[in-house]
Amino acid sequence: MNLSDLRAKADWVWRETLAIHLRAPETRLASSLSSIEIFVALYFGGVLRFDPTNARDESRDRCIISKGHGSICMYPILADLGYFPMEELQHVCESGSFLGGIPDPVIPGYETVNGSLGHGLGVATGMALGLKRKENRRDVFVVVGDGELHEGANWEAIMFAAQHNLDNLHLVVDDNSISMLGYTNQIVSHGDLGARLSSFGWDCLEVQGHDVVALRVALLRQKNMLNGKPTALIAKTLKGRGVPGLENAPLSHVVNPKPDLLDSLLGGV
Amino acid sequence: MPIKPLAMRDAFLENIWREMSNNEKIFFTCADYGSPVLDRIRADFPDRFVNVGIAEQNLINVSAGLALEGYTVFAYAIAPFITMRCYEQIRVNLALLSVVRPINVNLIGVGAGYSYVVSGPTHQCYEDITLMRALPNFQVLSPADHITAAKFFDTCINNCDPKYLRFDAQVLPVIYRNEAPNISKGFHVHKRSDEICLVATGYMLHTALEASIVLSEEGLQVGLIDLFDLAKFSVADLYDTLKSYGGIVSLEEGFRGRGGLDSMLFEFIARHEIKAKMLNIGVEGVYHFELGTRTELHEKVGIGPQAVLNSVRAFSRSLSK
Repeated sequence: MNLSDLRAKADWVWRETLAIHLRAPETRLASSLSSIEIFVALYFGGVLRFDPTNARDESRDRCIISKGHGSICMYPILADLGYFPMEELQHVCESGSFLGGIPDPVIPGYETVNGSLGHGLGVATGMALGLKRKENRRDVFVVVGDGELHEGANWEAIMFAAQHNLDNLHLVVDDNSISMLGYTNQIVSHGDLGARLSSFGWDCLEVQGHDVVALRVALLRQKNMLNGKPTALIAKTLKGRGVPGLENAPLSHVVNPKPDLLDSLLGGV
Repeated sequence: MPIKPLAMRDAFLENIWREMSNNEKIFFTCADYGSPVLDRIRADFPDRFVNVGIAEQNLINVSAGLALEGYTVFAYAIAPFITMRCYEQIRVNLALLSVVRPINVNLIGVGAGYSYVVSGPTHQCYEDITLMRALPNFQVLSPADHITAAKFFDTCINNCDPKYLRFDAQVLPVIYRNEAPNISKGFHVHKRSDEICLVATGYMLHTALEASIVLSEEGLQVGLIDLFDLAKFSVADLYDTLKSYGGIVSLEEGFRGRGGLDSMLFEFIARHEIKAKMLNIGVEGVYHFELGTRTELHEKVGIGPQAVLNSVRAFSRSLSK
């Protein structure tokens, strides 16, 4: 996909995510808006290898979406790629739909259970170890929010991955700097997260997390480092990006924007 | 020739070690916890052994990830730590995920009940039956000797659901001297009788067996069942075995009245309308910090040999009134 198409795809996913939230206000909009470009770069930027007709293809790269609630934007992406019919987007959170308020691995394209935070990185670490031992050269990406890095199990995995030289493991931090009750640096600060991860033996990059082209470059660089260290990409993002009143608002996690506002942002659709 | 008793973990790990030569899909994980046989696994299969360190949450997560990549995983740690330190990891990444994807992770918890006698309540484990049987797709296996423990190995290889094996930390006498029990029903009937049946699991089978001998000498014949599969036993077979008894006695090395074996049997007899009265023998009260032998500790909390005899005698008298 060329660069202008990538940007157009990210815009389309942003609009679709708003539209889903308008139909299903139970979904978490703000945390899904910070991760759109990350997922668009991963899935449309030629970073991940995958086969929508065979979701468990052994030769796929594994993508673990640890910040489950904040990945509603994956619904239009997976539908667009052909994992399931686009029509399903009309039924998010409805009885009988497999697209819930928080994604579960009953959704084609999701690998693990992501509703409870702080689990994805550890499981991804086990997958990365398993792939190495099977001599399968595929990679494992795992997308986490900075808030869920408060969970200690992540740091057990971070130490373990460095110890075992899992350079097929790639952490992507959607660093929107806000968890449910405010700014993470006022709750428990991660300090200089990149320096912290580096001191644990990881290679770290940082990127502006809404520049889909820069993200694509950084993710590919991350994937190709192969120097015996796990890699982390810290994507600096804005929670609730593009929605007035929501963007970077400390309580954006729990505040739903007015339907009229979303209507007007979608151009009266 | 008499069979020499072994630690459950050594008998079980011996089978893993043997199978690892032929089966490249077996992975062994541990949270910095060993055994003599484990030393051989570490030496002979370094690529399929990993010690995550003192980090049980990561033990479960890494094991889940390995299972997603097609490995049959044996995860090994001290019983209270591998169940309670990481319960949500077990719930989310083993129990929930195994509904959607095959997750053959076998948790080996060593130190059931009071088996870490002098280590105190952090290392003792009286809650695991309750917690692990609450997870609906978990198999909960509780052997009384190393013969039974070793027999569970085939179940672990062939049944793809997650499992919890609660092993005693001590070397216990051999129960199954002549042949290993048939584990397909989930329990073994040692004695049959008419009025009272003792249903025991793990270490308490030994106490129950001794009690049954003393009671028999006193003229009270009791039935005796070793219930070693606490979640996926054959309902029909257990019903047939228990239906005619007037009194059922549960014996467990876990808290009484808090969702363990006693609750399981209460639910079972109520659901199947078995008209038996129940006596529950389990750990009374709260946590204890006193030191003593295992038997002394058991007597203090109501599950020692004397306490069991007294309780069953009184129960028998109450039934005949």
